Amino acid sequence: MRLAASSDMVIAAILIVAMVVIGLINPAFWSLDNLFSLLKSNVVIGIMALAVLLVMLSGGIDVSFTAFAVAGMYLTVRTMVDIGYDGVVLPLLAATGIGAALGLVNALIVHKLRMIPLIVTLGTGAVVRGLVLGLVGTSIVNINKMPRELIAFGRSDILTMTNAGGTTFGLTAMLPIYLGLALVLHLVLTRTLIGRSVYAYGASPEAAKRVGFPIGRTLVFVYVTAGALAGLAGILQSAMIWQANPRDFLGWELDVIAAVVLGGASIFGGRGTVLGTVLGVFILVMIKNSLILMGIETTWQRVVVGGMLIAATALTALRDRKALV
Amino acid sequence: MAPLIELRGITKRFGGVTALDDVSLRIEPGEIHCLAGENGSGKSTIIKVISGVYTPDQGEILIDGTAVGALSPPLSIAHGIQVIYQDFSLFPTLTVAENIVLNSLLKDGRRAINWRVARRDAIEVLERLGVQLDPSATVETLPTSGRQIVAIARAVLADARLIIMDEPTTALTGKEVDNLFRIVRDLQYHGIAVLFVSHKMREMLEISERLTVFRNGRKVAEGPISEFDEPAITRAMTGRDLTARRYDWVPTRGMPRLELRSLTVPGEIYDINLALMPGEVVGVSGLIGSGRTELALALFGMRPGYRGEIWLDGKPAHLQTVQQAITEGIAYVPEDRLSEGLFLPRSIQDNAIAGSIPGYSRGGLLDFRRARADTLDMFKAMQIAAPGTDAAVSTLSGGNQQRVVIGRWLMTGARVLILNGPTVGVDVGSKAQIHAIIHGLARDKGLAVLMISDDLPELVQNCNRVVHMQQGRLTGELSGDALTEDAVGDKLRFRG
Repeated sequence: MRLAASSDMVIAAILIVAMVVIGLINPAFWSLDNLFSLLKSNVVIGIMALAVLLVMLSGGIDVSFTAFAVAGMYLTVRTMVDIGYDGVVLPLLAATGIGAALGLVNALIVHKLRMIPLIVTLGTGAVVRGLVLGLVGTSIVNINKMPRELIAFGRSDILTMTNAGGTTFGLTAMLPIYLGLALVLHLVLTRTLIGRSVYAYGASPEAAKRVGFPIGRTLVFVYVTAGALAGLAGILQSAMIWQANPRDFLGWELDVIAAVVLGGASIFGGRGTVLGTVLGVFILVMIKNSLILMGIETTWQRVVVGGMLIAATALTALRDRKALV
Repeated sequence: MAPLIELRGITKRFGGVTALDDVSLRIEPGEIHCLAGENGSGKSTIIKVISGVYTPDQGEILIDGTAVGALSPPLSIAHGIQVIYQDFSLFPTLTVAENIVLNSLLKDGRRAINWRVARRDAIEVLERLGVQLDPSATVETLPTSGRQIVAIARAVLADARLIIMDEPTTALTGKEVDNLFRIVRDLQYHGIAVLFVSHKMREMLEISERLTVFRNGRKVAEGPISEFDEPAITRAMTGRDLTARRYDWVPTRGMPRLELRSLTVPGEIYDINLALMPGEVVGVSGLIGSGRTELALALFGMRPGYRGEIWLDGKPAHLQTVQQAITEGIAYVPEDRLSEGLFLPRSIQDNAIAGSIPGYSRGGLLDFRRARADTLDMFKAMQIAAPGTDAAVSTLSGGNQQRVVIGRWLMTGARVLILNGPTVGVDVGSKAQIHAIIHGLARDKGLAVLMISDDLPELVQNCNRVVHMQQGRLTGELSGDALTEDAVGDKLRFRG
């Protein structure tokens, strides 16, 4: 507990330093307008990061979540368009359910065949992406066809303000959804036995088995929850950008995994916190955002994020080794 | 009173192999019972039968005098049986408190965890055991002895009536063993039975009240500990008499094989003067931290900053790297052969030639024919029990693995052999054979052997001289009639 807490403090300190530095370079950073838009960019990647955190805590690495997000989003929106349904709650549940069902497939393969999660999710991710494109379609559902209520939901704000120029801007209503999910996951991970079983299994699968944890249940919990979060993140994305693109989220694995590692989770499992991950996501989004403000090309952004991933992994590895002495 | 647990006529087969053949075992409430046997005697199998991991093919299990059908792990735990495996099965990234309470929470079928209560329970158990441990430290930061205490505390909190400890003293120092014994007696005082699974004679005689001995899947002896002495236990375990012979070395004239002159590694060892003649086996006693391992590392080229001189066969040697040390004919068998000395998944041959690859190079390619021939010679000389030189080292017993490590060094043409804990985790029969091999190497091939060990009988039986180290310095030497276990033990205890 103490170690985790101190780890979160370090990340928070890094975040504050980074914010001060970025604010000095670009004073516009501190404008509410910019901060609100930053927070908005946290939502989808943040929910995905929660999914990845969960898998990483259990000692695995998930790269299928982008495909599951696409499946949840595209299947739901296409069906809505095809049958002419409009609404919010049902589509959200549908996308979440699709993600959860796909997550169950991951869980069963990992558990029954005792395969390495990275390979399993690499495979299921590719299969799901391929099936969506091959069986459902490759065309983008654009704003003109997107269900109205879904767009309205994605546009809704919890706070609206007007800046000096007279244009209005707001804080997205998706943010409380993300933070609410984070809070629930935090409570589940720290206060319940199923949550602790994830840490235990990640720390030592063999010991978890011997102590009598129901390993199958733990893995189902991990991958179904991760899949559900991915599916939900997918449909929220389409609601927020007003289109459903079956080729969306390509390359997001890098950003999301980097954010989780930046948040202090160990790729070896058993170590990491929701708070750290939320902070890690914010740092990553903020740095990418400042690179855009500085006019740096997207290709170079990937270089920066890749470098951050390696640096953060090296730092956490050093920390873990130190703890072992 | 009915026995706590009684196994009757248990037979367990794996494929064509009979791991347990009609064995019985009886443990009374609150007794300290020792289960002895060499590797492969069926000790681990019977533990897994008791803990419900294996279902026996025949036989019955009675708990409190009532026959229970097949046990499963949760069922076994519900009956108050807790196993502490050699690796302790703890969660390294979680705290001491959580590791202690998780078991009980699971056992009680709880869904939520109340941290305040958890912490309180953990502290309570630790206090009951009379140990000081920070409940909020993560387990990975603890030394082995601390982890063991966490494992014991966990078992106690889960209402254990029988705690099975698998080789509990393997990685402990003498003082830590004493502390463990104190805790075990305390458990007994609280009515908890303890089944010690061990192959260490001294411990069995010191701690246990009753003893059961297994050999080749059969029970060969059972009774109160007062009916046994060391030779009797050894005979039961191995099926033969092992007469320990002292190593006699006939002094020779001439050049010392290895001579250290004022060898110093700042912060570790100071002013070591020591000469080893060909054929000598010199023991090094001393507590962990006395500089004994550092001395070995300095000789093996791993302390390049050393001062003083190292002479080999009358010539000064410069041992700045491991490669130089090997070229000079120095061989080192580390304490932890599993992590430092062997490539477990690889074959005996791959492991054997790993120390002398350059010697088998022919135009950049490996000379397989010669490597195979040499490996086979070594395989025979070391009497390794394996189907052949292609067998993976991970499939060998501890004693045979150790032979591969020692044998590898012979293939490098070693003149000086440094052994650090040569028979840790090796069973009695294998131990005697390894000792005989070491004697043969010293006597017949003229190697000088430096043997570092915690095992006093091992030092006394195998060395013609034992030097004592303390705080990085040589502080004494025993040889001839003065070399007795008690004398070496006194030197060790001198500083407690």
